[in-house]
Amino acid sequence: MAESEVLLEVKDLKKWFPIKAGFFKHTVGYVYAVDGISFQIKRGQTMGLVGESGCGKSTTGRTILRLLERTDGQVIFDGQDLNDLSKEELRRIRPRIQIVFQDPYSSLSPRLPVGEIIGEAVREHGIVPEEEFDDYITRVMEVCGLPPYYKDRYPHEFSGGQRQRICIARALALSPDFIVCDEPVSALDVSIQAQIINLLKKLQKDYGLTYLFISHDLSVVEHISDTVGVMYLGNMVEFAETDEIFANPLHPYTKALFSAIPVPDPDVKIDRVILPGSIPSPANPPKGCKFHTRCEKCMAACTVKAPEWQEVEPGHWCACHLYNMDALTPEEKEPAMSDEAKDT
Amino acid sequence: MAENTKNGSKKKGASYLSARESRRITKYNRRVTKRLEKQRADANKDENLYTTKMKDEGNVVEFDNVCTYFFTDAGTVKAVDGVTFNVPKCSTVGVVGESGCGKSVTSLSLMQLLQRPQGQVVGGEIRFNKDDGTAYNIVNTPNEIMEKIRGNRISMIFQEPMTSLNPVFRIGAQVDEVLKLHNPDWTEEQIKERTLEMLDMVGIANKEGVYKMYPHELSGGMRQRVMIAIALACSPTLIIADEPTTALDVTIQAQILDLLQNLKDRLQSSIMLITHDLGVVAGMADYVVVMYAGRVIEKGTADDIFHHPSHPYTIGLMRSKPVVGKKVEELYNIPGSVPNPVDMPNYCYYKDRCEMHCDRCSGDYPPEIRISDTHVVSCWRYFDEGEVLGYPKSVNVEDL
Ligand SMILES: Nc1ncnc2c1ncn2[C@@H]1O[C@H](COP(=O)(O)OP(=O)(O)OP(=O)(O)O)[C@@H](O)[C@H]1O
Ligand SMILES: Nc1ncnc2c1ncn2[C@@H]1O[C@H](COP(=O)(O)OP(=O)(O)OP(=O)(O)O)[C@@H](O)[C@H]1O
Ligand code: SF4
Ligand SMILES: [Mg+2]
Ligand SMILES: [Mg+2]
Repeated sequence: MAESEVLLEVKDLKKWFPIKAGFFKHTVGYVYAVDGISFQIKRGQTMGLVGESGCGKSTTGRTILRLLERTDGQVIFDGQDLNDLSKEELRRIRPRIQIVFQDPYSSLSPRLPVGEIIGEAVREHGIVPEEEFDDYITRVMEVCGLPPYYKDRYPHEFSGGQRQRICIARALALSPDFIVCDEPVSALDVSIQAQIINLLKKLQKDYGLTYLFISHDLSVVEHISDTVGVMYLGNMVEFAETDEIFANPLHPYTKALFSAIPVPDPDVKIDRVILPGSIPSPANPPKGCKFHTRCEKCMAACTVKAPEWQEVEPGHWCACHLYNMDALTPEEKEPAMSDEAKDT
Repeated sequence: MAENTKNGSKKKGASYLSARESRRITKYNRRVTKRLEKQRADANKDENLYTTKMKDEGNVVEFDNVCTYFFTDAGTVKAVDGVTFNVPKCSTVGVVGESGCGKSVTSLSLMQLLQRPQGQVVGGEIRFNKDDGTAYNIVNTPNEIMEKIRGNRISMIFQEPMTSLNPVFRIGAQVDEVLKLHNPDWTEEQIKERTLEMLDMVGIANKEGVYKMYPHELSGGMRQRVMIAIALACSPTLIIADEPTTALDVTIQAQILDLLQNLKDRLQSSIMLITHDLGVVAGMADYVVVMYAGRVIEKGTADDIFHHPSHPYTIGLMRSKPVVGKKVEELYNIPGSVPNPVDMPNYCYYKDRCEMHCDRCSGDYPPEIRISDTHVVSCWRYFDEGEVLGYPKSVNVEDL
C-alpha cells in the first residue's frame, strides 16, 4: 500500500470527564470537554488549533496521544486506530508521537541533568545502540541550539527559552513523525518566542515532522500553520487552510475571534466585533448551537437545533445554520436574541 | 539568566556564592535598609521634603530618575534604575517591555506598595500633581497621606482579579467598602446606590444579582469588570492597569479594553497601561514607554514608536512578533538574553544582543537623545543626530 498523504485522522472524537458527587461518588453529569470533533492532518504539515481557555484544545491533544482515554470516536495514526492497539503495540508506536507542553518549568524533572532528561526515553526505547548514545544526544542538542556542555547541568540553571529547547530536544530525540505542541511559546517572552518558533519550523523542514500546534495566539498560529481549526466549547466550529480562514472566516465566532486580535499599529482601527457575555460552562453547554448565547446572528433554529459540520466550500468546513439556510423553515429563520446577549 | 530573572538568576547566583560572601551581603543589606528606613521616617515628618512642584502642570505624574533597588540575598537588584517619563492628563501611556524589566516595580514605587524593607526607592523623585500648583513627592510622602491617595486619586487594576478580590466577601460589600473608606460622610443608601451605578457602568447587566454574589461565582471577565468598578469608584485621576487582560481570553480582552477606554474618556482620567503585548498598546495608548533591564530605552507618541521605532531593541521586538496578514518566511529573532540583574554591564545593556552596535557602544551607557519633539531614544547610534538630554542617574550602592 502506498503511503497515504494523511498522517493523522480524527473522527468524531469525544472526551467527557465525569463529575462525581455524593458519598458514593456517583456520576452526576459530565464536562463535555471534547464533544465530537473531526479533522485530518497531512504528512509534513502543521495544523493550528485555536480557541479560548477551556474549549478543549489540550484535552484534544492528550486524547490523541492516549494520555487520556477517549469517550468515543477514532484516532487514526498512519492507518492504524490507536485505540485498537494492544499495550505492546502502543509502546512501540509511542516514540513516533510526542508532545511539548506549555510550561517549561514544571515539565522537566529537577533532579536529572539535561543529558539524562533528553536521553532517558532514548535508552528505554533503544533508539540507538548504547555505544552511540552519547554522540546521538550531543547531535540532538546541537540541532536544538543547545551547546553540548549543558549536558551535565540541571534544569533550574536555565531560562524559559532554553528549557523549552530542552523539551523540544527530548521529543525530537525519539525521532517522532508527529508532535503535539501544546502552547509551546505562551509562557515565553516575545523575543524568545521567535527563537522557538523558528526552531520548530526548521526542524519540520529538515525532518518532515507533522505538528498539531495548540495556541490561543492567533498571529503565531497564522505564521506556523498550514491549516487551522477553531474550537468553541468542545466543538470544532470551523476548519480550513490558513490563508482561506484568515481571509474569509465564515462562522460568527471565528469572525469575532479574529477581529479581537490586537494589531501593533495605532492607525489600524478595526471594526471589533465585541462578543457579549462570557463563555458558558462546558458542563452545562447551551442547547442547539453552543454559540447561540453570544451570537448576534442567532435565529430561532439556533436555540434548539445543533448545526451540522459541513463542507461549505471545498476544503472549508463550518458548523453554522447560516450556511445551511435552505434547510430551515421561515419560522426557524426568525431572529432570536438570547437573554444573556441582551444583557450586555 | 535570561527572561526569568525572578527564579533563574537568583537561584543561580545563590548557588555560586560562597558562605562568606553570602554573610557579607546579608549584613550589608541589613545595615543599608535600616538606614534607608530611618531616612524615610525623617522625611515623612517634614512637609517640605514631600511637597514639590510639577515640571509641567499638564502632567498627572512625573517619574524623574527613579531608582528602585531590591537588597536580596544574592546581591542588589537594580530593578528600576534612573527611569524618567511623564503621564500627561487625560491620556493613556503604555509601558512595554519583557518580563522582569521593571514595569511593575515602577508602578509599585508610585503606589508605595514595594515589598519593604528589601525594596527601596533609593534615588529620584516621583511627582504626583495635587492640582493646586504643588505636588507630592511620593518617595517621601508619609503613609497616612498615601492611604488617601491610593484608591482615591490613583487606583490600580491587577492582572489576576481572583487574587485581588477577597473570596469571603460579597461583591457588593467589597465595592461599598472602598466607597465608605473615601467618603466617610455618605449614608448606607448613598453608598449602595453608587455601587450599583458603578456595576452598571462597567457593563454588568444583572447588577442587583452580582451585588450579592461571591467572587468565585463570576467568570474571569466579570471579575475584572468588578475590579475596574472598584478602581473607578472614586473617579481617580490616574488608573494603573498592570496587565489587565493577560489572564483573559481574546474576546473578553477586547470587551475589557473597550470598556477601559470608554470609562477613561468619561471620567477624564489618565491610564498607565503596563503590558508586554505591543498590539494592546497600539490600540489604546497615546504615548509609549519601552523599558529594557530596568531602564527606559525609548519613549514617544504611539505613532513615533510604532511607525518610527528607533532603538534596536524596539525594532527587534516589533519584527520578532508575527503579525496577522503579514507573511514572513522566518521571524526575526533577537539573539541571546537579558543580562543578569545583579551584575549589569557598564556599557549599553542591550549591546551584547545588538546587531547594530558601533564603536561608542562599548563606552558609557548611552544618554537620552531627543530625535524629534516627542521622541526620545537612549542609543549611541543617534548621538550625532539629536539633542543629548542627559544620562540616567544611577545610585552607587557603595555610597548608601
Ligand atoms: N482531568 C479533568 N477532569 C475534569 N475536567 C477536566 C479535566 N481536564 C480538563 N477538564 C475540563 O475540560 C475542559 C477543557 O479543558 P482543556 O484543558 O482541554 O482546555 P484548553 O482549551 O486547553 O484551555 P486552555 O487554553 O486554558 O489551556 C475545561 O472545562 C476543563 O475544566
Ligand atoms: N520583592 C522582590 N524582591 C527581589 N527582587 C524583586 C522583587 N520584586 C521584583 N524584583 C525584581 O525586580 C525586577 C523587575 O521586576 P518587575 O516585577 O517590575 O518586572 P515586570 O517588568 O513587571 O515583569 P513581568 O512582565 O514579568 O510582570 C526583576 O528582576 C525582579 O526579579
Ligand atoms: S448556528 Fe446560529 S447561533 Fe450558531 S453561530 Fe451560526 S448563526 Fe450563530
Ligand atoms: Mg490547554
Ligand atoms: Mg509585572
